[in-house]
Amino acid sequence: MSARGKILGVALFLVVILVVIPILIRVSGRQDFYYTLTSVALLSVGSAGVWLTFYIGRINIGQGAYALAGGYVSAVLVMNYGFNFWITLPLAGIFCTVVSILIGLPILRLRGVYFAMITLVLTEVARLSALALPITSGAKGIVSIPLPAELSVFGLTIIPDFSTLSNPKLTFYYSAAILMVVCYALMYRLVNSRIGHLCRSLQQNEELAASIGVNVPYLRLIAYGISSFFGGLAGAFFVAISQSVYPSTFQVIDSINFMLNCFLGGLGYVFGPMLGTLILYFGWDLLFTTGRFQLLIYSSLLITLMVLLPNGVLSIRLPRGILRGRG
Amino acid sequence: MTVLLEVKDVKKNFGGLTAVNNVSFEAHEGEILSIIGPNGAGKSTLFKLIASFLRTTSGEVIYKGERISNLNPHSVARKGVVRTFQETTIFRSMTVRDNVVIAHHLRSRSSLLEFFVGTLSARRDERDFAESADEILKFLGLDPIKDEIASNLPHGHLRALGIAIGLATNPTILLLDEPFAGMNHEETMHAVELVRSVRDRGVTVLLVEHDMSAVMKISDRIIVLNFGEKIAEGSPEEIQNNSKVIEAYLGSEEDAVELQA
Repeated sequence: MSARGKILGVALFLVVILVVIPILIRVSGRQDFYYTLTSVALLSVGSAGVWLTFYIGRINIGQGAYALAGGYVSAVLVMNYGFNFWITLPLAGIFCTVVSILIGLPILRLRGVYFAMITLVLTEVARLSALALPITSGAKGIVSIPLPAELSVFGLTIIPDFSTLSNPKLTFYYSAAILMVVCYALMYRLVNSRIGHLCRSLQQNEELAASIGVNVPYLRLIAYGISSFFGGLAGAFFVAISQSVYPSTFQVIDSINFMLNCFLGGLGYVFGPMLGTLILYFGWDLLFTTGRFQLLIYSSLLITLMVLLPNGVLSIRLPRGILRGRG
Repeated sequence: MTVLLEVKDVKKNFGGLTAVNNVSFEAHEGEILSIIGPNGAGKSTLFKLIASFLRTTSGEVIYKGERISNLNPHSVARKGVVRTFQETTIFRSMTVRDNVVIAHHLRSRSSLLEFFVGTLSARRDERDFAESADEILKFLGLDPIKDEIASNLPHGHLRALGIAIGLATNPTILLLDEPFAGMNHEETMHAVELVRSVRDRGVTVLLVEHDMSAVMKISDRIIVLNFGEKIAEGSPEEIQNNSKVIEAYLGSEEDAVELQA
């Protein structure tokens, strides 16, 4: 795909999410969509992290753990120490990165289903820790977290104090959408730089990668650290919208969804998890009307999709390959 | 002749089994040294020990006066001792050219962060890698198929690609694991020429191989292993006439008598 086509595609995408969607919502009066789309944006950031671990050949079903940890870090810092939310956002990410490196050191040596199983357990460990630790106040969770305060640099207000806004939902939507765009832009750069190529070499053959001099354990840690950073960001932001965090805010099912988002969108495409998240999130909601058959229809559809499109939704060849070329 | 690599009393136990038993030898700069032996003699294990893919039970491997056994594989590769693999060990879903470009990793002067940001030095690295990759591809005759996905290549080309990956790391010593396996005579002779030309680039070549005619043709010296022990060392002619080697491959006369009885 040509450079011009790429720029055009990105511009179109930005216009849609930043202009068209807010207008549509205003016209239709469905304010609740702001919340839904904000969630999609945040979950897709978490999914992007999982996607990166897929990219080094590891199945990661533990993103919920980092999302939960990130959420608690932000909530505790805001509530107990009076931090500005916007400061806690990167801190939550960094906290998750540090934790993931400590956890990753031993477990990243595992491959395939063994790594997957351990990460699956991580979410449960995170939930139980949240229940047990004094600082998280157990099952009661942390509630009535204030809305994000003003973010300003050198006295210049970038994001106003949410509590002074008439429509904080819109601002939440915008900030989450921009966060998502920034995260995916970074991911795109990462994957298309040498780091991405090296990650692909790990995915395909770790032994050979080591023999051409790639520091395999180090690179695995970097990828897992970045992955968890995204998880922490998503979790912290999510908690800020819901203004509360409980041990059950992110559960095993959320970890699985993070992973499914990647599968569904396509593991070969950077933007796969974004599309996957959108489809899964809305798919589930749209099926709400089917009542008790919701789960049955949902899972059958998922299985069908995965059988028909093993490389993800983005592998559908569009007439001019608008989405493909970006991956 | 300078000694480049020295294997000293190297031993490897897997549980109760001794795969390599106190093997010692030296590799000289610029030679082609073959390690042969019947199946299960410990040849590949020895290679893995040299490249630090396995830890030795005892003994050590010295390269340019420095111990390289029991380090990480990537640090050994960084020093210039690079192992290629049996059969189809390549980056399967990358193109031939990408395989070779990525294998230049060792030569990069820029950090990963610089590559991420795309600094001048990182871009210069990328350009150098691409140029060097094209040169290697041409050298090994892979030029016409450089945009193929590696997993689609026929056997002979895969071997050449394996060697190309090895060369891209700019090794001092290249360890080739069965470079001629599964090739027909013609392909083998072509590959023999390739290995020779690799040596002529100044790379010392160690190879493990089953194909005797190729080994005899290509090697400056040969080391023979049997049941983990070195039983002979010498020029191809010496090895061909060594009674112990013949015994290891064909069995001794006593064995033959026993069989008949």
